[in-house]
This record gives sequence, C-alpha cells and structure tokens, in this order.
Amino acid sequence: MDALALEATSTKKPANGVPAPAPAKRKPAKKTKKAIVFFEVEILDAKTKDKLCFLDKVEPNATIGEIKSMFHKSHPQWYPTRQSIRLDAKGKSLKDEDVLQQLPVGTTATFYFRDLGAQISWVTVSTPWSRQKAGGGGGGGMLVFLTEYTGPLVLYLMFYFRVPFIYASKYDFSTSKHWVVHLACMCHSFHFLKRNLETLFVHRFSHGTMPLRNIFKNCTYYWGFAAWMAYYINHPLYTPPIYGEQQIRLALILFLFCQIGNFSIHIALRNLRPPGSKTRKIPYPTKNPFTWIFVLVSCPNYTYELGSWLGFTLMTQCLPVAFFTLVGFIQMTVWAKGKHRSYLKEFRDYPPLRSPILPFIL
Amino acid sequence: MASSEDDGTVEEKENNNKRRTKSALATAWLTFYNIAMTAGWLVLAIAMMRFYIQKGTTKGLYRSIARTLKFFQTFALAEVGHCAIGIVRTSVIVTGVQVCSRIFMVWFVTNSIRQIQSEESVILFLVVWTMTEITRYSYYTFNLLHHLPYFIKWARYNLFIVLYPLGVIGELMTIYAALPFVRRSGMYSMRLPNKYNVSFDYYYCLIILMLSYIPLFPQLFFHMLRQRRRVLHGEVIVEKDD
Repeated sequence: MDALALEATSTKKPANGVPAPAPAKRKPAKKTKKAIVFFEVEILDAKTKDKLCFLDKVEPNATIGEIKSMFHKSHPQWYPTRQSIRLDAKGKSLKDEDVLQQLPVGTTATFYFRDLGAQISWVTVSTPWSRQKAGGGGGGGMLVFLTEYTGPLVLYLMFYFRVPFIYASKYDFSTSKHWVVHLACMCHSFHFLKRNLETLFVHRFSHGTMPLRNIFKNCTYYWGFAAWMAYYINHPLYTPPIYGEQQIRLALILFLFCQIGNFSIHIALRNLRPPGSKTRKIPYPTKNPFTWIFVLVSCPNYTYELGSWLGFTLMTQCLPVAFFTLVGFIQMTVWAKGKHRSYLKEFRDYPPLRSPILPFIL
Repeated sequence: MASSEDDGTVEEKENNNKRRTKSALATAWLTFYNIAMTAGWLVLAIAMMRFYIQKGTTKGLYRSIARTLKFFQTFALAEVGHCAIGIVRTSVIVTGVQVCSRIFMVWFVTNSIRQIQSEESVILFLVVWTMTEITRYSYYTFNLLHHLPYFIKWARYNLFIVLYPLGVIGELMTIYAALPFVRRSGMYSMRLPNKYNVSFDYYYCLIILMLSYIPLFPQLFFHMLRQRRRVLHGEVIVEKDD
C-alpha cells in the first residue's frame, strides 16, 4: 500500500463537548473544590454486541490510547495497536489522542471494538539519519516498504542476468542483444531504488503499525508483477518496440520527467508537515515547476507515477507492463479519490479547480 | 449540500418518492427476470429429458440444447449487475465468481472443444445445473411475490449439499477430458516472439483453473452452508470480514 495512502484518513472533529459534568460531591468546607466526575466505559464487540469489558472510574481526560491500554489488561491477546475503538459499530476508528470527555458520550460511554488482526510493528531504523524522522511515526513504515520494494528490484535483476532455471539453459547468464532491454533494466532498477530511498529518507509515516495480512498481499502484488514483466522483457525472444529509437526516446523522456515529478511531489508533501506535528495542510505549488501540477490535481504523485509506468510500457512495448500500469492506475485512482474527498471534507477553502488524479477528467 | 430548513422537508419527500418508485421498479424487473430464468431452465430440463427418452442415448444431447443453454447461462451475467447496483443484497464478488465459472465452462470449454461434448461428465454437470437453477430461480420468484412454499425453501438450502459437489466433479472431469485436445490444437494460446511480448498457454491456464477449485469451492460451499443455517435455523453467524 502506498505510504501516502495510509494518510488518507479523515480527521475526527471532536464534538462540541459534553455539557460540563455537575460536581457530584459537595465539600462541607467553604471553598468548593471542583470535583471530578468519573466516566464509566463499556466496550462491546462491534459484530456480536457482547460486552467485552467494563471500566469504571475512568478519568474524564483519559485518552482513547489509555482506554486501549486498560482494555488490553483485561484482554491480553488484543494489544493496543490491534484495537479499533469506535463510537458506532460500523463507524470510523477513534484516534488514540481523542479525549474521553470531548467525545459525544454520556458519563457511561459505550464503545465498539473491532480486532484489526495481527499487526507488524514498524522497525525503528537505528541509524544516524533516523534522527531526522518525527518521534511518533518515527522509523515508521520502513521494514514493510523496504521489503515490498526491494523484491521487485532483486527479482528483475535476476531475470536481466538470466539466472539459471528461468529460460532455456543455453541462455544462462547471457545478455540481451537489444539495447532497450539494458535501458529498461536501468529504469526499472532506478525506480525501485528511488522508492526505497524515499521510504528511508523522505516519507513521514503517521500510522504505527500495519496489518500483517497486508504485507503478504502487497508483496505478492509487487513481486508477482515484477517477475511477470521481467520475464518477458529479458526473454531471449523479446521483440523491441515497433517504432524503434523514436519510441524509446519519447518513452524515456516521459519516464524521467515523471520520476523527477514524483520525487518533487514527495518532497513538497514532506515539507508541508514539520517533524512531529500532526497538522494537516493543503499542498500548494512551490517554486519547483514540477509541483505546479498541484493547481489541477490533488494527488499529483499518483499522476506522475502513472506517467512513469506509461513511459515504461511504451519503452518496452510489453503487454504485462501495460496490465501492471492499468491495475496500478485503478488502485491509485481509488486512493486519489479518497484523499481528494478527505481534503474536501477537511478544508472549506479547498481549491475547486482540482481533480483527484487526472486534470479535469478523473 | 445543506439548503435552508424550508426546502429540507420537500427534498426529503421527493427523495422518498424517488426511492419508492426505484424499489418498485427494481422488484418488477427482478420478478420478471427470475420468472424468465426459471422458465428457461425448465425448458432446458424438458428438452434434455425429451432427447434422452426419444433417442435413448446422451450422444448429441449437448448439441441439441447448446443454443438455449448459452443464452440463459450468459443472461445470468445480469445478476452481477443486480448486486453491483444494490437491488440484490449479495456480494458482487461471490456472484461474480459463480457466474464467471459457469460462463467459462459453457463458452470456453464445452462450446470450443467439440470433442468433449459427448462426455458423460458434461451430462452430469448439465443435470446438476438445471436442478440447481430451477430451484434457485423459483425460490427468488416466490420470495419476491411473498408466497414462498416451504418445500422450495427446503430444496434451495438442502439440495446444494449434494448438487454442488456433483457439479464440481462434472466440471473438473470435463476440463480434464479437454486437456489433450487443447494441447494438440494450441487453441487460445500465443507464443513468443510476438510484438506484444507476451505469451499465453491455454493448456496450463486450464490446469491452474482446475487447481483453483481447491481453495474456491470450499469457500463457496461454506458460504452456502452459512446461508442455510441462517435461513433455516435463524442462527446469527458472525462472518469473517476480508
């Protein structure tokens, strides 16, 4: 899953608080101290509505995170990062930072619990450059994305170098006679190297964990497609593009243009949010011309990504690559639309000219 | 979106009216659809029985009903549409997989590979399909008309226990029988080199498809079992979310 797509969650605006709780005790002394009314929290299973946990004497300024820890004590198999606590059984998850008394609940709060499944925790990269990263999301996302993106890098090279048992044995370790195949290898490797470096240095991750299931799904997707594409591009019987050098040159220009564009957008998005802050802002064009596309598009990183893969498809003239581009495009459109919608919901003054992924079209 | 309070109630009434007309339309269409499909599969069943009674053999039976079968089975694609637009509350994916597997069998196996049309396994799955579909569509029809006889409900949610596995056996045997003919003729396949730089081997594709029955069939079967428990015994089953 795309790192930035993880951030496409809508904010939860705290409701205009519960009316201030009346003091339950009255002090006999002349000075009336403000007494705390404790909340009671009951947690029900979102699906079966069974009562899973009852907490009494919960501080009104307790956060959801603290409630999750308390719930974890009574149900040790559900550690906090695996809990989804919500006000409505089918609603959105509450955030850890949400404060109990600011939620639209009475003094007995009822929450619904959903198990998010086994989570893989982010590995904090203990290297000098990890200091750049924000505290909370910190070394976030690393291990997972590195795995997802290194696979295609390595797999493609295996096909490129014609490692034994892939093609007929007479072709083992031979090299392709078409220069476009070498170019394609460089482009593909550059792309995934870039992604890895961005994961390490550029992206800021806001979620602490990711469901384990996602890793298998994502790795299968990336690795599977990479192997499928690489098999045909590096095949001894590969046919170079029909329009020869012209086609390849145009494709390369498109590819490089979009790679730079995609990188510029990632940098611009990173600079929007200073380390450690959780404020969300509307991205605007900067001095970098590649960011001027923000005028027309909400998620230009996806636009540029599409462009890169179109370039690669054109360069290799390979149907599996076209398929990969298409599937990626569909997925990115879904993410872009979601992000666009959450932008619109969050910001009243969101520029109306912008489309989610393709200017004016989609 | 928010208009003034005065327009609110008028808009609401308009929306309610629109919704009621839409649901009446949907019910009318679905009723027609299910009656038509019940009739279609009944025709198939009768045609098959007539052929067998008259000719005493199953040889040539497929050819005689091929056109009707193709028509009504292909028409079932509409059911995916029904789920997609929401007038039927079933998962698009489950319906999609079921309809696609049928379409695949009809068009890409029995229709294209002549030599297997006289196999007994074909008769097996045809009989199973006919019985299943007649029960299913008449169930839907009666349901929509709010006059569901218990025996139809019983049939729909019990016969599948026998029919589903039998159908799968029939289908798998048919595909298996088709394999040598596919290999020999190289149909639907594409080899390198070609300008699209892709290759496709229908033979291996069929083998993979046969293997895919292993994970898919139990899922669909247990889905039906869960439905059965819910409908016949009113149990609340907590479904595992994907």
